[in-house]
Amino acid sequence: MAFGPYFLLATLEGLVTAAVLALTALGLSLVFGVMRVVNVAHGEFYMLGAVLAWWLASLVSGHPAIGFLLALIVSPLLVAAVAFLAERLVLSRLKYEPEATIVATIGLLYIIQQLALTFYGPEARPVRAPFDMRIALPWFGYSAYKLSVIGMAVLLMLATWILLTRTKIGLLMRATQSDRETALAFGIPVGRVYAGVFALGAGLAAVAAVLIVPTQQAHYLMGLDPLLLSFIVVIIGGLGSLRGTLVAALLIGLSDGIISMFFSPTLAKMLATLLVALVLVFRPQGLFGTAMR
Amino acid sequence: MTRAGARNLLLHGAVLVLLFALNFVLPEYHRGILSRVMVLAVFAMGYNLAFGYTGLLSLGHAMFFAAGLYGAGLTIYHLGWSVWPAFGAGLLAGGVVAAAIGFLALRTTGVAFMIVTLMFAQVFYLGTLYFTTYTRGEEGLILPQASRKLELPGAELILTDPAVRYMTALTLFAAVLVGIFLLVRSSFGRALVAIRENEERMRMLGYDVFANKLLAMIVSGVICAAAGAAYAVLFGYVGSGFAAIQYSILPLLWVLLGGAATTLGPLIGTLFMFYVIDIASGLTRAHLLVVGIALILVVLYFPKGIAGTIRERWLRWLQ
Amino acid sequence: MSKNRKPNIITSNGLTRRATLKGMAASAGLMAAPGFVRYAQAQTSEPIRIGFQCHRTGIGAAYGRWYERVTNVAARVINEAGGINGRSLEIIIEDDGTDAARGSEVLEKFANQHKVDLVYGTLFSHVVVGSAPMAGELKIPYYVVSEGYHVASGQMNRYCVQPGITDVKAQVRSMAPWIAENLGKRVTLIYPDYAFGHDHRDFFGPAIEAQGGEVIAQVPIPPTETSFTRYFPQIPSDTDVIYHVMVGPAVLTFVKEMGEFFGTGGPQLFGFIDSLEAVDLNSPGLEFLEGSHFWEGMARYVQPEMPDYEIAYREAVGLDESGASVNDPKDVSTAAHMFGCWETLYVIKRSMEACGYRGPQDRTSLIEATEAMTEMDAGPEHPQGRKVFNGKIHQVFGEQSISQVRDGKLEVVHRTSIEDGLYEPEADYTTMSF
Repeated sequence: MAFGPYFLLATLEGLVTAAVLALTALGLSLVFGVMRVVNVAHGEFYMLGAVLAWWLASLVSGHPAIGFLLALIVSPLLVAAVAFLAERLVLSRLKYEPEATIVATIGLLYIIQQLALTFYGPEARPVRAPFDMRIALPWFGYSAYKLSVIGMAVLLMLATWILLTRTKIGLLMRATQSDRETALAFGIPVGRVYAGVFALGAGLAAVAAVLIVPTQQAHYLMGLDPLLLSFIVVIIGGLGSLRGTLVAALLIGLSDGIISMFFSPTLAKMLATLLVALVLVFRPQGLFGTAMR
Repeated sequence: MTRAGARNLLLHGAVLVLLFALNFVLPEYHRGILSRVMVLAVFAMGYNLAFGYTGLLSLGHAMFFAAGLYGAGLTIYHLGWSVWPAFGAGLLAGGVVAAAIGFLALRTTGVAFMIVTLMFAQVFYLGTLYFTTYTRGEEGLILPQASRKLELPGAELILTDPAVRYMTALTLFAAVLVGIFLLVRSSFGRALVAIRENEERMRMLGYDVFANKLLAMIVSGVICAAAGAAYAVLFGYVGSGFAAIQYSILPLLWVLLGGAATTLGPLIGTLFMFYVIDIASGLTRAHLLVVGIALILVVLYFPKGIAGTIRERWLRWLQ
Repeated sequence: MSKNRKPNIITSNGLTRRATLKGMAASAGLMAAPGFVRYAQAQTSEPIRIGFQCHRTGIGAAYGRWYERVTNVAARVINEAGGINGRSLEIIIEDDGTDAARGSEVLEKFANQHKVDLVYGTLFSHVVVGSAPMAGELKIPYYVVSEGYHVASGQMNRYCVQPGITDVKAQVRSMAPWIAENLGKRVTLIYPDYAFGHDHRDFFGPAIEAQGGEVIAQVPIPPTETSFTRYFPQIPSDTDVIYHVMVGPAVLTFVKEMGEFFGTGGPQLFGFIDSLEAVDLNSPGLEFLEGSHFWEGMARYVQPEMPDYEIAYREAVGLDESGASVNDPKDVSTAAHMFGCWETLYVIKRSMEACGYRGPQDRTSLIEATEAMTEMDAGPEHPQGRKVFNGKIHQVFGEQSISQVRDGKLEVVHRTSIEDGLYEPEADYTTMSF
């Protein structure tokens, strides 16, 4: 393939990767930003969202969009409920002690994985995309649904931004994020805010999973990659900065796509990871973060 | 020596004597398992030095373990080295990697440090696959049984013999335990804890915080590499799986379960995790569920880890 | 290994014993023909215990589940027909988590705690390679069902055998002539960038060159990858055939993206069904595979003129016409590999009968009895087809199927001969000490 079209393809792929990353990281950026706990089970909420999407979509027949929409609405609600329960039963009793939370969420990870394995099974299963269209360019074809993921990522980021900056819930969250003690003193029910944030974060992970599962597929071990990638994106972007999350996703997605044009795939992956790591080495607070510890 | 110091000395000595005695009384299977657990506990102790004492939450320690594993394994497999120089190569590999990664990653703190180490470890992991020609990637290499012998003056230890393997693992474990025991009582060890508690104050007091942290990383990396190199020669297998992210999360889990910044915590955590999996998988096919519930219960009742909570509640003198 | 080649008492004694064993094995083969009922009821005693290292969790769980089903059925069938030497067979299962370290621990558990007679059943090659040293140290027979080249390469030890499934080198070599003749000579390889993929690369290159073809490009994919389109431009436009061997849950994405990229005008496709084991071929996104070809160890879909014993095997393990579970059409089997469990258990049975196996003291004679095997006839014990065992490299050779996707089903279009896959042995385990 000539350089021009190849570059176009690499850029397109990079943009889609960026959109997927941004979507996945959205929920984590909330949980991590507000609660300051490393939730190792975040990827499992994502997986649960995808697995439930498959189950819900398989319940209805007819046009694939019906099943997809059902999954898009119900799956995040179910996942949020699970997360809410986990937060009330376990995390709140640990008083959000960062180290204890790591162990507890690893425990949660095992539990969710085993339940998915037992009730869903070890196979990878796809969910039909709401619309199936191939855009035929002169040099190659491309999935229209994959392109639409970019648009959906932008919309979701926008909605989250509005929620955080324009609503009372967002205000409570931001107050809790910036100073937990003062928030408590002002009578903000920090415990309930945390539970809400945890559920919302898990729900967002599930939304991302439902949107992505038509291009990938549901599998009980799919949670690890999104977990690692979300952490990377959130930290590179700068904790608590939605704009940073978006820019970091773009940086990672595009560098991943374009570097892969010039090197053998594994080497390209290594170089891209190294590049992103060095960004953080030389800008430890992240791209848009204020200094933090 | 203070009373607390004497008690600690007694306790650690008793643990080592107990481990020595277990070689003669444990059923075969459990003796074999304890050999593995002691080697992995060394890995956890190395991690504990960085995370527990110095406060460096790293998610990349798999690369130090794997550096030791490959440093020893590849020199034996491809160059026909004997165990001593190969073990040395493993330590050296771990030290060099830790120095390089520490030099870069210690520019960051907190979660950024966690992510940077995670990404460097990911690069290392991909590297073990990229060089599949030499490493055989995920499938890995078998070290020939004949090469797994430890030359000593006047003797040759066959490392594939279960009793020799147990004693070799115990020797390594004891050496590292004693080393850590002394290190955390030294001025260097106290400086590390002080850095963990308040980095700014240490800087004001004129400490070179970066140099202290870097040294902690290197020592931690070398200990983890020793565990990796020992694992390679004792169990005869070298593969990329040990460089994957799971092996960065596991030492963190072992240390947290046992108790961060306790000398015996890493052993307790590693032992606990091994037997939970082993027993649960004998009870039910859904054993991960049992493991998950066990982890949550432990952390609910022992939020500082097993040894950490014992120290907080009952035995204030515990080191 | 070369250091191990001192002749010793066991092997020199074994020579004479092996000659007699050969005779016994042959007669056992005759008696194993359909219609033979059972041995004269021998002494009733303890069951023979087989430790089954199973991928219940981890990345191999989809395979592990079917390996477990087939193993349990085969053990039941063997027991109903009188067991082995009059003793029943007991399968003890431990989960290895598809992890090399855990695999080695489980092997220790089998030998030292469960006190099994032998260990069997492992699939993923890193678990096999990780466990093999422990099998050699504990001197316990280790019968693997893995299709890796690790056993035949000679890097293991005398206790490791693979008598129930062919290895990747033989599989790849037997595909090359058919590909060159029917699909094209200019081949681009897409494979995972680790040992399994490198084996395909290293064995296929010379094999296709021997047929006058060539590999014009190689695209190794890192295993952490979840999206593949960016690599497709590296496929040269004059490629006749894309040879793909991706594994793991991202395979569906891979195929789907390839379909989106090429549309209907792309090169021919030839793949290894490993990619799509336990995956329904009618999954959305797989339409693009229509007309493409696959290697299959054993047919997933019922074929016209299938022999009776193959039908009987399918019924026994609970496969419907499409190769899914009779209980759940969404539960698709790993048909191209799992027959290996069935056949390996029968090889163990035949070897135990040939050497008059009594208990762990006969472990070395058991290995020697297996080494002495050569011909294995197609039939109820070998439903996949005829096999030839090479005792020197502890590896079996068999026929392979090439299938085409037609109307969303796999139809066998060619069956290779055993000779297509044969290669010069690179090792000789029989000269190694126990």
